[in-house]
Amino acid sequence: MTNAQPKPRLTNAAREALTCYLFLLPWGIGFLAFVIGPVAASFVLGFMDYEIVTPARWVGLANYIELFTDDQRFRMSMGNTLYYVLVFVPLHVIVATLLALLLNQKARGIAVYRTLFYVPSIVPIVAGAILWVWILQPEWGLINSTLRLVKIEGPLWLASLTWSKPALILMALWGSGAAMIIVLAGLQGVPQHLYEAAEIDGANRWQRFQHVTLPMLSPTLFFILVLSVIASFQVFTTAYVMTGGGPAESTLFYMLYLYRRAFVLLDMGYAASMAWILFVAVLALTLVQFKLASRWVYYEAEQS
Amino acid sequence: MIRDQAIGPQSEREIHPGARWQPLRRLLERGGIQILLVLGALIFALPFVWMVSTSLKADRQIFAFPPIWVPDPFIWGNFPAVFIYAPMHLYFFNTLVIALAHVFGAVFTCSLAAYAFSRLRAPGRDLIFMVMVSQMMIPYIVMLVPLYLLFAELEWIDTFYPLTIPAMLGTPFYIFMLRQFFLTIPMELEEAAIIDGATRLRIWWTIILPLAKPALATVAIFSFMFAWNDFTGPLIFLNTREKFTLSLGLQAFMFERRTMWGPLMAASTMMIVPILIVFFLAQKHFIQGIALTGIKA
Repeated sequence: MTNAQPKPRLTNAAREALTCYLFLLPWGIGFLAFVIGPVAASFVLGFMDYEIVTPARWVGLANYIELFTDDQRFRMSMGNTLYYVLVFVPLHVIVATLLALLLNQKARGIAVYRTLFYVPSIVPIVAGAILWVWILQPEWGLINSTLRLVKIEGPLWLASLTWSKPALILMALWGSGAAMIIVLAGLQGVPQHLYEAAEIDGANRWQRFQHVTLPMLSPTLFFILVLSVIASFQVFTTAYVMTGGGPAESTLFYMLYLYRRAFVLLDMGYAASMAWILFVAVLALTLVQFKLASRWVYYEAEQS
Repeated sequence: MIRDQAIGPQSEREIHPGARWQPLRRLLERGGIQILLVLGALIFALPFVWMVSTSLKADRQIFAFPPIWVPDPFIWGNFPAVFIYAPMHLYFFNTLVIALAHVFGAVFTCSLAAYAFSRLRAPGRDLIFMVMVSQMMIPYIVMLVPLYLLFAELEWIDTFYPLTIPAMLGTPFYIFMLRQFFLTIPMELEEAAIIDGATRLRIWWTIILPLAKPALATVAIFSFMFAWNDFTGPLIFLNTREKFTLSLGLQAFMFERRTMWGPLMAASTMMIVPILIVFFLAQKHFIQGIALTGIKA
């Protein structure tokens, strides 16, 4: 037993630490090579003019100045994105909450309904997008055909300047199931005794919702609100597949414009500065939301 | 206490003035909920029915008014027709290879890191953990342009490496989820093994991995679905058709044949069905996943 340790050994603690670092090594390599390196490079690139074919050239703030003062498309894509965020996010939270409230009722076959509402959110986004191009097809698509049955002539949807963005939002709302499941989990976490207490105090259904459900649910709603804002600022795939940014660039969202600058025009420096603007904007907005949260989000732990 | 007594059976009426109508109201409510559920289910499910129905119809039934729901006759030809325009079998294979690399990364690399974060003490470990958590907040887009340039330098463009190697080195989200789960596994089993002189690698492999099967299933499914659905990555890093994934191939197919709705819907069905099968086989792991992210209010 004792003669099994002839060589000067590492202490147990050192050995444990070494093992720890070793186990973290793969992630560490990936982090340095594919995350921190690129993030730093992207920051530097934002101050350069680099179009791959010509050598990179330091231009200081020129990209940022051009973006803010002299780029019509930048402003337009930002406007389109803001429209999308401002319309989609509230609807998304509301639809998810209403569906969750509905699923929280006792009814026959509730598990089947839960599955049905959830499944669209796991459909591969390209397959879903193609399906919705067909559903929204003005002449033979499901929506306009159905509307025609009741003598309503539907809009041109994806081919219409006014309806292209609402059409994409409609499709995105079809995938509200993921947020719905989260809200449902939040609802089921509301302690039953609070409802009982409220009922004894004579609170009617609406009052119970307003004074028990909503406050207890507010952390969950805050959570999906924050995630939804972050995700919708980066809306890309549906627009790329369904409209390509058209018609007349009415669905040219920020990410789509960035993609074009980077991978169609190969304007890498310009695209990098665009990425940083988006990152900083979304980060700032998220921080603002956290600041505002104290006004409406109820955290049990703080009160007790 | 006193209040409890004041509210006896007699005062029931005061609280609910319409108590007499309670049974009727109940019934109406139940009915209303059921109607809303059915309505909602229709809205969410009809697109799928429409997709499958279109994929089984001949053109003259696809372009018909009023819309036809049940194909007459059923036409299977749209499914083989897809392969004339898009080599779906290749896309399937490519997507599967990439997805399996993601699963490998999630199950092995991530769990190894998660084990270190949850069990092994080392100076700076918690700081490293914080760094990893903040990594989750960096949007992919910020790294995209330099990543492209890096992969171009490595001559990885139009290979699977950009879509597999980073994933195989570990993803913070999965490491985080697994760590949360490992923290719930009692230490006693390991302690016995340590006394017996087992190495940490051995403990991870023989004790932790078997105990963590439900959590591993969850990250495996999440990573599989992510890779299966990913569009941006393949779009940017792949160029030749033989290397396309399902997402990219399907998009190209639609771009070229925008009016072939029968084959297009058949192709979409073929892409969605495997995901639905995974989902129905592993429903409980999805729910588990939501719990593991620590979302619960």
